[in-house]
Amino acid sequence: MYKLVLCWRYLQTRYIALASVISVTLGVATLIVVNSVMSGFTHEMQFRIHGILSDIVFDGHGLEGFADSEWHMQRIRQIAGDDIQAMTPTVHVPAMLNYRVGQRWVHRQVNFIGIDTTTYPLVSDCADYLQHPKNRDAPSFQLRDGGYDVQDRELGEESPYRHGMEMAGWPHRRRIGAEEKAWVAAQKKNNPQLAVPERVGRADPFSGIATPLRAAESEEGVVQEWGPVSKDQVYDKATQQETGVIIGYALAQVLGREGDHYFLVLPGDDVKLTFPTAGTPPKAVSGSFTVVDFYQSKMSEYDSAFVFAPIEKLQEMRGMINPSTGVANVNSIQVKLREGADLEAVRDKLRAAFPPELYAISTWRDKQGPLLAAVQMETAILNILLFLIIAVAGFGILAIFFMIVVEKTKDIGILKSLGASGGGVMAIFLSYGLLLGSVGSGAGLVLGLLFVHNIDHVRRSVEWISGQPVFDPSIYYFQEIPTLVDPQMIVWVIMGAMAIAVIASVLPALRAARLHPVEALRYE
Amino acid sequence: MSDITSHASHGRTAPGTGAVLSQNRPDLSCPAEYDHEPKSNTPVQISVRGLKKNYQRGSNVIPVLRGVDLDIREGEFVAIVGQSGCGKSTLLHLLGTLDQPDAGEIIFSDQRIDNLAARKRDRLRNDTFGLIFQFYHLLPELTAEANVLLPLMIGQGFFGYLSKRWAFRRRAAELLEKVHLSHRRKHKPRELSGGEMQRVAIARALVNGPQVLLADEPTGNLDRAAGQEIFEILRNLNATENLTIVMVTHDEKLAEQADRTVRLVEGRIE
Repeated sequence: MYKLVLCWRYLQTRYIALASVISVTLGVATLIVVNSVMSGFTHEMQFRIHGILSDIVFDGHGLEGFADSEWHMQRIRQIAGDDIQAMTPTVHVPAMLNYRVGQRWVHRQVNFIGIDTTTYPLVSDCADYLQHPKNRDAPSFQLRDGGYDVQDRELGEESPYRHGMEMAGWPHRRRIGAEEKAWVAAQKKNNPQLAVPERVGRADPFSGIATPLRAAESEEGVVQEWGPVSKDQVYDKATQQETGVIIGYALAQVLGREGDHYFLVLPGDDVKLTFPTAGTPPKAVSGSFTVVDFYQSKMSEYDSAFVFAPIEKLQEMRGMINPSTGVANVNSIQVKLREGADLEAVRDKLRAAFPPELYAISTWRDKQGPLLAAVQMETAILNILLFLIIAVAGFGILAIFFMIVVEKTKDIGILKSLGASGGGVMAIFLSYGLLLGSVGSGAGLVLGLLFVHNIDHVRRSVEWISGQPVFDPSIYYFQEIPTLVDPQMIVWVIMGAMAIAVIASVLPALRAARLHPVEALRYE
Repeated sequence: MSDITSHASHGRTAPGTGAVLSQNRPDLSCPAEYDHEPKSNTPVQISVRGLKKNYQRGSNVIPVLRGVDLDIREGEFVAIVGQSGCGKSTLLHLLGTLDQPDAGEIIFSDQRIDNLAARKRDRLRNDTFGLIFQFYHLLPELTAEANVLLPLMIGQGFFGYLSKRWAFRRRAAELLEKVHLSHRRKHKPRELSGGEMQRVAIARALVNGPQVLLADEPTGNLDRAAGQEIFEILRNLNATENLTIVMVTHDEKLAEQADRTVRLVEGRIE
């Protein structure tokens, strides 16, 4: 009882000890803030990655893919039937994106993906990342009649302006179509002998490739038709489009001087894609496509690599369709699992059923392993560093406790003369350490949670005071600093801080316990 | 426990100081002569045999007690006098098991106590001996009442203390009442005078109902009047409760008023 009474009294009278606890408070608060922000970022990033990738990717090795996706999907449904929500076949191929800026061609290495517009949105959130409101509802490879977002819809007013997006779509295409027509007319007028090809939009090396034309008069309800263009059909750029592609935002966008966005290619422009065929040895094929929208997941890795096109078009151009049976090859099947299904369990079940030399089956986590591991590593190192701060606070407590023990030598003698045991005296200082640790980490907890809760106010005030942007949403793509408070993390942090405070008080407490009562009583 | 001030009814005052004291605290005034029996027929309570204690100062060994033999009977009031440095405080510390002798033994109620385990000695100090010091040795953080309660807090476990705390508080209040400090119950030691602090210390020594009171120069830091007052409280306790008291002092006049005076010269009983 006297232990409690005394350590409570010491807490009330020794303010210097409370000062030593401030560092514990700060350490705990920093740990909570850093961990919350880090796990907020991680969570947000995982959320985005997960939105891009489907739960489970069922991959055939190589570029050729495997035949008959219908049969495979049936098999998959047989094996993991209850857990599966949706599936869609895709074709993946490394490709070169070519487009012309002024007189120069720009080449970009991309990951060309053939998707099925009706089922692909069921397995991933890709539709949410498109820039036209209608495409977000129902993705389509038809060029829209304007109405593309001129600013980031998540960031709103504060986000940089997208120059050119106000006229993207058919208005832009009609303008360049008219310009080209005028240019051709001018060339013919100056030099009647010159044979200017009718389809100037397409460079000659690719003219042999079968590229379908499409009726593009009305935006909605167009039936996609595939097949070679007849020789006599006249291609009018102002009214017709090539096969649509959706390209990654970062493939087209460049930063202006003021930080606003400019584009090398707009929806409505034509681009060329070169990629290998499925045969052996693979041959390069190229085709003209019309950019119909941008894909912006805000994960630069994907925004600078993904190009989406209709799967049938890719299968046809790459020669993946068996001419005798009409069955097409696919490269992979994307599987979306029902909410709450165990990813790893389903993956393992599928791995057991399909031979690994033919199929690679992985979860989205497996695919993003290195990135997530790097973030985890960063968090771990930060945690170690910040715990060192608390350890430094521990040494402060150690020093101050030694001081208090020396100052209280006589009182320790008195307690011993009244029959207090060495263990009892030790307990006073240990519980004093624990009490200080709890006060410190309690205050740190409150401070940290308040900071996390008001982190954007704090950011704004710091920006206002320093005049420097602390957190630029256009770099991190988050409107607000994401935070996620994990109760388990808080328990660990507080237990760690209290343990350090108690450990720091062990040495002084031992010294107090070993004091000889007579010597202590004589101490002045 | 009977009232330690019951002797006030005798109405006689100590010469010199009693008159002054009686003006403000008439019931504390004590008779100059006591009608107690000479305690020569009561059993021996503490028996000290061949007690030796050295102190180490660097490489020098300084003998403090060089073989002390002493018997203290139950209910006796023994004053130990001697020059400073003769070892009287050391002897008292050894009696109170605060320290352990280098040779010899101390027998208390037929039990050897100088070589008991630390835990048993702690227990003994807590409930069998009451200690009073020259510099009062109250804890500065605690109120007078809490200081008095301290031995109970130490002796009783957490729940034991909590369950009986109201009885304990009543007891502390009674004791403070007896030493006339009820009005100082909530005061911290630094707000009390020397005499008041020593009276709190006495109340603290008594709270566990000890059998022996060991007082190390209890009046050494007080003026004559206050010192006499403290002495008379001790005298009264001895007389009314048959409490064995061993008091170390260098005040010959006080020592004369004890049952027996033991003179310590150079580490031996003279």
